[in-house]
Amino acid sequence: MPKVSMTVNGKAVSAEAEGRTLLSSYLREGLGLTGTHVGCDTSQCGACVVHVDGKAVKSCTMFAAEAEGAEVTTIEGMAAPDGTLNAIQQAFQDHHGLQCGFCTPGMVMSAAALLEENPTPTEAEVRHYLEGNICRCTGYHNIVKAILAASGQDVSGIAAE
Amino acid sequence: MYSFDIERPTTIADAVAALGSDEAQALGGGQTLIPTLKQRLAAPAKLVSLSGIAEMQGVCVADDGALCIGGATPHAVVAREAAAAYPALAALAGQIGDPAVRNRGTIGGSLANNDPAACYPAAVLASGATIVTNARSIAADDYFDGMFGTALEEGEIIVEVRFPVPEAASYQKFLQPASRFALTGAFVAKFADGVRVAITGAGEEGVFRWSEAETALSHEFRPDALMDLSVSADGMIEDLHGSKAYRAHLVKVMTARAVAAAAG
Amino acid sequence: MPKDGGIGASTKRREDVRFLTGQGNYTDDINIAGQAYVHFLRSDMAHGRINAIDTAAAAAMPGVVRIFTGADFEGIGGLPCGWQVTDRFGEPMQEPAHPVLAQGKVRHVGDPIAAVVAETPEQARDAAEAIVVDITELPAVVDMRAALAEGATKVHDDLKSNLCYDWGFVEDNREAVDAAIKGAHHVTTLELVNNRLVANPMEPRVAVGDYNRATDEHTLYTTSQNPHVIRLLMGAFVLGIPEHKLRVVAPDVGGGFGSKIFHYAEEAFCTFAAKACNRPVKWTASRSEAFITDAHGRDHVTKIELALDEEGNFLALRTETLANMGAYLSTFAPSVPTWLHGTLMAGNYKTPLIYVNVKAVFTNTVPVDAYRGAGRPEATYQLERVIDKAARELGMDPIALRRKNFVTEFPYATPVAVEYDTGDYVATMDKLEEIADIAGFADRWEKSQDDGKLRGLGVNCYIEACGIAPSNLVGQLGARAGLYDAATVRVNATGSISVMVGAHSHGQGHETSFPQVVAEMIGIDPSQVEIVHGDSSKIPFGMGTYGSRSIAVCGSAMVRATEKIINKAKKIAAHLMEASEADIELKDGQFTVAGTDKSVAWGDVTLAAYVPHNYPLEEIEPGLEETAFYDPANFTYPAGAYACEVEVDPETGKVTICSFAAADDFGNIINPMIVDGQVHGGIGQGIGQALLENAVYDENGQLLSGSYMDYAMPRADDVPFYVVDHSCQTPCTHNPLGVKGCGEAGAIGSPPAVVNAVIDALQRAGKDVSHIDMPLTPARVWAAMNG
Repeated sequence: MPKVSMTVNGKAVSAEAEGRTLLSSYLREGLGLTGTHVGCDTSQCGACVVHVDGKAVKSCTMFAAEAEGAEVTTIEGMAAPDGTLNAIQQAFQDHHGLQCGFCTPGMVMSAAALLEENPTPTEAEVRHYLEGNICRCTGYHNIVKAILAASGQDVSGIAAE
Repeated sequence: MYSFDIERPTTIADAVAALGSDEAQALGGGQTLIPTLKQRLAAPAKLVSLSGIAEMQGVCVADDGALCIGGATPHAVVAREAAAAYPALAALAGQIGDPAVRNRGTIGGSLANNDPAACYPAAVLASGATIVTNARSIAADDYFDGMFGTALEEGEIIVEVRFPVPEAASYQKFLQPASRFALTGAFVAKFADGVRVAITGAGEEGVFRWSEAETALSHEFRPDALMDLSVSADGMIEDLHGSKAYRAHLVKVMTARAVAAAAG
Repeated sequence: MPKDGGIGASTKRREDVRFLTGQGNYTDDINIAGQAYVHFLRSDMAHGRINAIDTAAAAAMPGVVRIFTGADFEGIGGLPCGWQVTDRFGEPMQEPAHPVLAQGKVRHVGDPIAAVVAETPEQARDAAEAIVVDITELPAVVDMRAALAEGATKVHDDLKSNLCYDWGFVEDNREAVDAAIKGAHHVTTLELVNNRLVANPMEPRVAVGDYNRATDEHTLYTTSQNPHVIRLLMGAFVLGIPEHKLRVVAPDVGGGFGSKIFHYAEEAFCTFAAKACNRPVKWTASRSEAFITDAHGRDHVTKIELALDEEGNFLALRTETLANMGAYLSTFAPSVPTWLHGTLMAGNYKTPLIYVNVKAVFTNTVPVDAYRGAGRPEATYQLERVIDKAARELGMDPIALRRKNFVTEFPYATPVAVEYDTGDYVATMDKLEEIADIAGFADRWEKSQDDGKLRGLGVNCYIEACGIAPSNLVGQLGARAGLYDAATVRVNATGSISVMVGAHSHGQGHETSFPQVVAEMIGIDPSQVEIVHGDSSKIPFGMGTYGSRSIAVCGSAMVRATEKIINKAKKIAAHLMEASEADIELKDGQFTVAGTDKSVAWGDVTLAAYVPHNYPLEEIEPGLEETAFYDPANFTYPAGAYACEVEVDPETGKVTICSFAAADDFGNIINPMIVDGQVHGGIGQGIGQALLENAVYDENGQLLSGSYMDYAMPRADDVPFYVVDHSCQTPCTHNPLGVKGCGEAGAIGSPPAVVNAVIDALQRAGKDVSHIDMPLTPARVWAAMNG
C-alpha cells in the first residue's frame, strides 16, 4: 500500500493509504486522531470538518491522497500545547455550545474558518455559515451564541444562559 | 467503496492521457462523486484527480470581456474572484452546498455531473456560456443533455468555462430543505440582444430555458411581464419535496424574483 | 444566590474539555488488537421469503473470516420486547419473534439476512455482495389502514393479523364518553398525522464485541443509553450469558434521543460472533444504514374529538389512533402509544371524561419505538391542535379557552389514571405571555403585513409524565422490567468521591450536574466529586437514561446513598469528637457538635474510615461506601406553555420561525445552564418535526427519505434564538430533590405551537385552512393555501 505524507497539526506524518482511503479514515485509523468524526455518508453533517491548507473541508469527502503534502489541522491541533483552550473552544464551554460532543469538532473547525474569513459576523452570517454542520442536541442556540462571543461581540443580550 | 488507484496529473495533457486507460474516471472536487462511490454506485479502476492542474485553476476576464473560469476552480474561489466581474454568478457560487463543500467542489465537476438540481447549469445556460474542453468548445445550448447527461465524450474534461457577462443578472434559488440543492432555481440574464432565462431543479430533463419568459422579458424587463404567463406542470419533477404543480409555480415565482433583483 | 458549584449554579461542564479537544472516547474510537469487521447483508426489499442463501463464493473472498446467516442463530433467542400491552378485551398483544438474522422471511428494507466477518470493512462488504440470496418478493404492507383490512398480506405468517393490539383506555369510560360527545353543545373534530421521524443522533450506532476464551468473559462496547438494560436483555433473553460473564460498556455516546435505548440485533451479533470467531468483532453503522436500522419514532394517524359546552368548558375527549409498530416489536414499542400516550390525554385541563383507543399495527417498515418525548408529543400535539381548532370554531381566544379549562388544584387525579402532584399552569401561561410579548403581536403582525408576509401566533400548553416510574405500577401496566435506578457513593480515604450511577450521560451533562448535588449535600468543592457511568462492571445497576428520568430517579438514588454516607460519617465524627451522634451537624464540609466549638473536617472523618485506628469498630464497619436503589412513588409532571410566531411567504408557502418562547415548570433545578440547553435542543427537534422532518415510505416499502439528501434535519438557519424561562417552579412533592426532569419538554411542547402559528397566519389572511399535517413544508403550505 502506498504511503501518503502530510503535515498534521504541525507535525510531519506518513501513513499507508489506498486510493480509496478518505482523509477522515487516514486521520482516525491511520494516525489515531479520533477527534475527527464521521456522522453521515452524503457530505452533509460536517462532523468531519478539518482544515486543509487553511481551508475548511469535509474530510470524509476528500481522499487522503489528495492531501499529499498539505498542511492539515484537526480539532486535536486547536488548543495550545499546554492544553489551554483557544478562544472558540473556550466560548463553546462558557456558553454551553455542546452537549453530546459528537458534532463539536466539526463545529469548532467551521467556526474557526468563519472567523478567519469574517472576524465579526452577524447572527445571520453565523447561522448561514453553519449550513453544512448539523447538531442534533443544542437547537444551535448556544453554538451561535458561542461563536458570536468568540468573535468578541457582546452576547449578554441574547436570551437565556 | 470499491478499490481504485488515484492519479494526480499536473497538466491537462497528462490528465487526458491518464483518462485514456480502462475504467478511468475524472475526479473534480469529489463532492458528489465521493458520496456516490461510498454507495458503490460507481466502480472506476482509476480516478484521475484534476485538482493539481494549475492551468485549470482560477478566474480571469478575457479580452472580449468574457469571464473565464478554470474547470477545476472551486466554488469558493468563484464566489470571491468573480464578484466584481459577474456578481450574479459569484453569488450563485456562494450558494452551492456549504462553505466546506465550496472549498472542494469545482465548476467543471458540477457541469460534468449535470445534476438536475445543481446551480451552475442554470448560470451556464442563462449566460450562453461556452464549455471549453481539452478537445473543443461546446455552446451551452448544445451541452446539456437531460438529467445527468452532457455532450462530453468519455475522457473529455472541462478545462474552462467562458461566460459572456450580461448587463444585469440574478439567480434566485428556492432550497430543497434537506439537500439544499435547488428545489427550483431561476437564473435570469439580460443582454443587449435579449434576455435568457434558465431553470434548474424543476425539470425532469434537467436545466432548461423558459423561452416564453425570455420573449416577454426581452420585450419588457420587469417582473410584471411574466404575469400572464403560465408554466405547464408537464415535465416537472415530482418528489416528496414538491409536486409538479408546485415546481411549475416556483418557476414563475423565482423567475420574477430574479428579474426584480436584476432590475434592481 | 446558589453556592458556587452547588445546586442551582450554572456550572460550566467539565466534560466539555475532552469533547472540545478531540479527546472524547466514542465507541467507534475503540479498536481492539486483532479485531475483525462485520458487514451486514441487508434486505433491499420490504417483504420477501428467503428460499436459499448461497455463501460459498463469498466465503472464498479475500479476508473473509466467517459468514453467518439465520441458520447460525437457530435455537438462540430473538430480540425481546420489554413491554406487554393487554388489549381492551383482556387479551395479550400479538408478539412476533424478532430474530437476530432473518429466519425465512425479510420484513423491512434493512432487515439483516447475513453477516460477513472479515479482516477489513471493505473486504466484508465485498464478500457480502457475493452472497447469493434466492428470495421471493411478497406484497409490502405499508399503509396502516390497508394492513388492517380483511385479507391483507400478513407481516408475520404465524400471527392472526397485522393488529398487534386494540387498546382502550379507560375502557369503562367508552360509553360515557360517547354519550357526552353525542349530547354536547359543540364538538370539534380533527384528523391528523403525527409524522414518522428518525431520531438521528449525530453519532451513528457502533458495536464492538470482545471475548476472552480463557475466562469465558464477554465484553460489548456499544452506543447505548442504558448498558445494564442491554446486558439484561441480551444476556438473559438472546444469548444466555450470565451477568457475571458479560460486561457492557457504553462510553461517550454521541446523542440518543431514545433511539439508543433499545437492544439491537447488531449488539447481539457482535457479542455472539466475537466468541464464534474468537476475536473482537466491530460494526460501525453508516448514516444510510442508520436510517434503515435505528428504530424510528412517532407515526400515528389520529382522529380526535373534543366536546364543549356553551361557555367553552371541556366536557369529553375521545381519540382514536393507528400506531405503526413497523415489522417487529422494538424493545419498548408497545408502551409508547399506550401508557406513555393515553395517560397524558388530560393535558393541563380538567376534562372529566376521556377515552383513548389505539390500534397498533405491523407493517413492512423499520420498527418504531420511543423518540424524544415518546407518546407524550403525540398526546400533546393532538390535544393542543384540537383545542386551537375549537377556539377558532367558537370564536374564542385560544389562550382564554385554555385558561378557562386549566387544572388549578393539586394534587389532581385525571380521568386517565395519573395523579399530578403539583403544577401551576396559570403561572406558566402568565410567564409566557410576558416573555413572548403576546400583547405586542398586533404591531408585529402589521409590520409583517407591510413586508408582504403572513404572520401568525401559535400558543399551546403541555404536560408530560417523566421520571419513569413506580415499578409496581408499570409492572401492572405490562412492563417486564423495574424502573428504579441505583447509585453507589464511594468516598475515598482523602475525602474525594466517586459516584457510580446507573444513569447514562450522552449529552445531558451528568458529569457536571450530579456532583453539584453531592457537593452541596456535604459542603465540599464539586471538583472533589467524580461521576462514573456507562460500564456495567463499574456501577451497581441502572436502568439508564430516557424519559427525563436521570436526575429525578437516579439523582434521587444518589441523594439516598449520600444520606447514608453522611449518617455513617456523623457516627465517625461523633466518635472522633467524643460527642453524641444526635448532636453532630455537617456544614461546609465540617462536622461540628451543636452548641460547642468542636469540629472535625470531612477529610479527617473519611481518613478515619479507611485508617480506623481511633474508630467505633464495634458499631460500624470501616470504609465509606454506600449504595441506594430508588424507586419513585409517582411520575413527575413538568408542564409549561409555549409560543411561536411565524411568517409565511404567501408566494411560496415557506414558513419562517420568527420567535419561539418557552415557559417551563421543572420544579427545582440543579444547573440552569444545562436545563436551558436541554430545552433549546428539544425545541430545535420540535421545529424539525413541525416544519422539516419526515420519514416517507413508498408503496413498495422503500424509504424515500433515507439520507440527509431527503430527510431534512434542522440547520442553524432554520431556527431563531429561543426565549426560555423556568422561573415558575412547583417542586415535585415525592422525590428528595423536588426535581421533575427537563429533557423532553422542548420536543413535546413545540410542534403544536408551530402548527398553531401557521394556521393562525393563514386564517388571519382569510384562508380557509383549519389544518395541515406536519411537516409544514413549503409545498404543503402552498397547496393548502391554494387548495
